[in-house]
Amino acid sequence: MSFLELKNITKIYPNGTKAVDETSLNVEDGEFVVFVGPSGCGKSTLLRMIAGLEDITGGEISLDGVIINNIDPSERDVAMVFQNYALYPHMTVFNNMAYGLKNRGISKDKINSKVNDAAKLLEIDQLLDRKPSMLSGGQRQRVAMGRAIVRNPKIFLFDEPLSNLDAKLRNQMRLEIKKLQRQMDVTSIFVTHDQTEAMTLGDRIVVINDGIVEQVGTPKEIYSNPNTKFVAEFIGSPQMNLFDCSIKNGIAKIGEAQVNLDNLININDASIGIRPDDIQITDSGKFESKANLVEYLGSDMIIYSSIGGQDFSCKLSSKIDVKAGDNFKFDITPSSIHVFDNNTNKKV
Amino acid sequence: MKKVQFKSSYSQYFFLAPQLLILLIFLYWPIIQTFRDAFTIQDAFGFGSYFAGFDNFKFIFTDPSYYTAFKFTIIYSFVITLITGSIGLLLAVQANNVLHGKNVYKTLLIWPYAIAPAVVGVMANYFFSERFGLLYHLFNNLWGFNWYEDVFDAYIYVVIAGSWKQISANFIFFLAGLQAIQKTVIEASIIDCKSNIRRFWTITFPLLMPTTFFLIIINITYAFFDTFGIIDTTTIGAPGSETKTLVYKAYIDGFKGLDLGSAGAQSIMMMLIVLVITIFQFRYIEGKIHYN
Ligand SMILES: Nc1ncnc2c1ncn2[C@@H]1O[C@H](COP(=O)(O)OP(=O)(O)OP(=O)(O)O)[C@@H](O)[C@H]1O
Ligand SMILES: [Mg+2]
Repeated sequence: MSFLELKNITKIYPNGTKAVDETSLNVEDGEFVVFVGPSGCGKSTLLRMIAGLEDITGGEISLDGVIINNIDPSERDVAMVFQNYALYPHMTVFNNMAYGLKNRGISKDKINSKVNDAAKLLEIDQLLDRKPSMLSGGQRQRVAMGRAIVRNPKIFLFDEPLSNLDAKLRNQMRLEIKKLQRQMDVTSIFVTHDQTEAMTLGDRIVVINDGIVEQVGTPKEIYSNPNTKFVAEFIGSPQMNLFDCSIKNGIAKIGEAQVNLDNLININDASIGIRPDDIQITDSGKFESKANLVEYLGSDMIIYSSIGGQDFSCKLSSKIDVKAGDNFKFDITPSSIHVFDNNTNKKV
Repeated sequence: MKKVQFKSSYSQYFFLAPQLLILLIFLYWPIIQTFRDAFTIQDAFGFGSYFAGFDNFKFIFTDPSYYTAFKFTIIYSFVITLITGSIGLLLAVQANNVLHGKNVYKTLLIWPYAIAPAVVGVMANYFFSERFGLLYHLFNNLWGFNWYEDVFDAYIYVVIAGSWKQISANFIFFLAGLQAIQKTVIEASIIDCKSNIRRFWTITFPLLMPTTFFLIIINITYAFFDTFGIIDTTTIGAPGSETKTLVYKAYIDGFKGLDLGSAGAQSIMMMLIVLVITIFQFRYIEGKIHYN
């Protein structure tokens, strides 16, 4: 039995919105799982059902062997970090962290030592007497983390905790969260709509779309072997190129261009997906196209072009000399091509 | 943008005149008049008046009925503030938790706010009249309630009449205050604390402090000044003069008793009270009780 088990979880809001549809998932002890998906796909709803902040319409959630569907949120032994931190504005940093412990009847000495330890760990021990309104965004973030840590919960739940921070601080906190999680070895679920965050943080990633789990896997599995067109497009930056085509005997026709695949399939209405960095520019290339736009990113650059009337991009080292308006030749390795059936949107 | 330049330097006074006139006639002139009255003694038939220094003030401070009114006003505003505040808060918390038909509750609870105090008084009359009053007879059966003769019973009468409408005001502001609390803060506390009651007193109520203090001032001001119509349509000060508020007493002494000097002095005392409340509000409340 897994540490956290979701069995056929469904959520229908009172207004009829079906936010989560028959979702099942197992999370192992100590694992860091990331829920990722576009806005409104039901990530928060799923997380909030685990926390107990949202009723479960159908299905069963068990944590550490106990079914928690009807257990009060305060007794599930979960800790949640919210996007807007949700600190208690009228309490000092110390009391914000101590509040949950006090309500559980823990002795004063123990509370003091726990809060002080957490504060040291998060480097906020100088701020314990301040009210949240006197803290910066990053400091509030740390207090919110501290409030979760002192409780020693069975599971950490993060709902986009980094999205209110600026880019630099976000990267820094991301690393720190990962480090803390490793150090404390607490099972964690992290919700984000940012695929970079998902890739860098997660032991496993759960890609959700429209209330349905599209794919579960390690970042590497998800990146190199997306199961559906949605996952293919959602994970990876710049996003995967998808070309509509028809495939006959292992040859995909994109307008005039013919791309060889490495197995001899026939699909009328298909898409082939090629990651921008799987396109090699060589003078001996089989294909030729015009660079419409070139984006220079320092070590890399991105060329925007089109073939057979369909736009695509390729990412390559900026040492190669291609300027906007130039023609360039390129090749595609057959093994790096992902084939999807447009009727099912699934990988072939 | 084109600037409009007035040629004559008098035209601005022309445009200001209506507003200034209204202020002068209805605000400044009565204030001046009040000060004049407070420091003169007029004979009741209007034949003569003379400067009296602080005699009118000395008079009201030696008048036991002034102390009665003062005491009643203090008790009245304290009780009204407490009752309307706590019932308003209770209703607001309940209405905020209602999932279905929230707007029906809200609308029904807000309605009394729109009723004029005098109308409230007239309605209260029906409930407390000796002949056919529902509450009169209910209370009378319980403990021999008779506000015509018993001071405490008269207090009950004016407190109920005075509270009813003001509960609505408290309800509205508390509900707005509750809805202004971040939803995630409440959710965080749901994870941190199991007991609803404890959560209310440790999170919700402290976060409502700004609203609470605002309402305390509003309720005190209401009990002091806006209950005139209620007193005038219910007990009229009965049994003796025990249920006269300061405002009501000033009015009775001035316009019924024709003692404008005493009424003027009482009015100035009230101005001082308002001044104290206002200073208190600005000093201690506006500045201190904001969290963000
Ligand atoms: N209280 C609610 N009542 C009705 N529908 C809701 C409620 N909360 C969320 N929804 C709907 O449920 C769906 C999923 O919402 P949810 O908040 O889980 O999305 P999300 O994946 O967290 O999105 P985001 O990245 O924007 O936070 C959305 O379509 C949303 O409109
Ligand atoms: Mg969300």
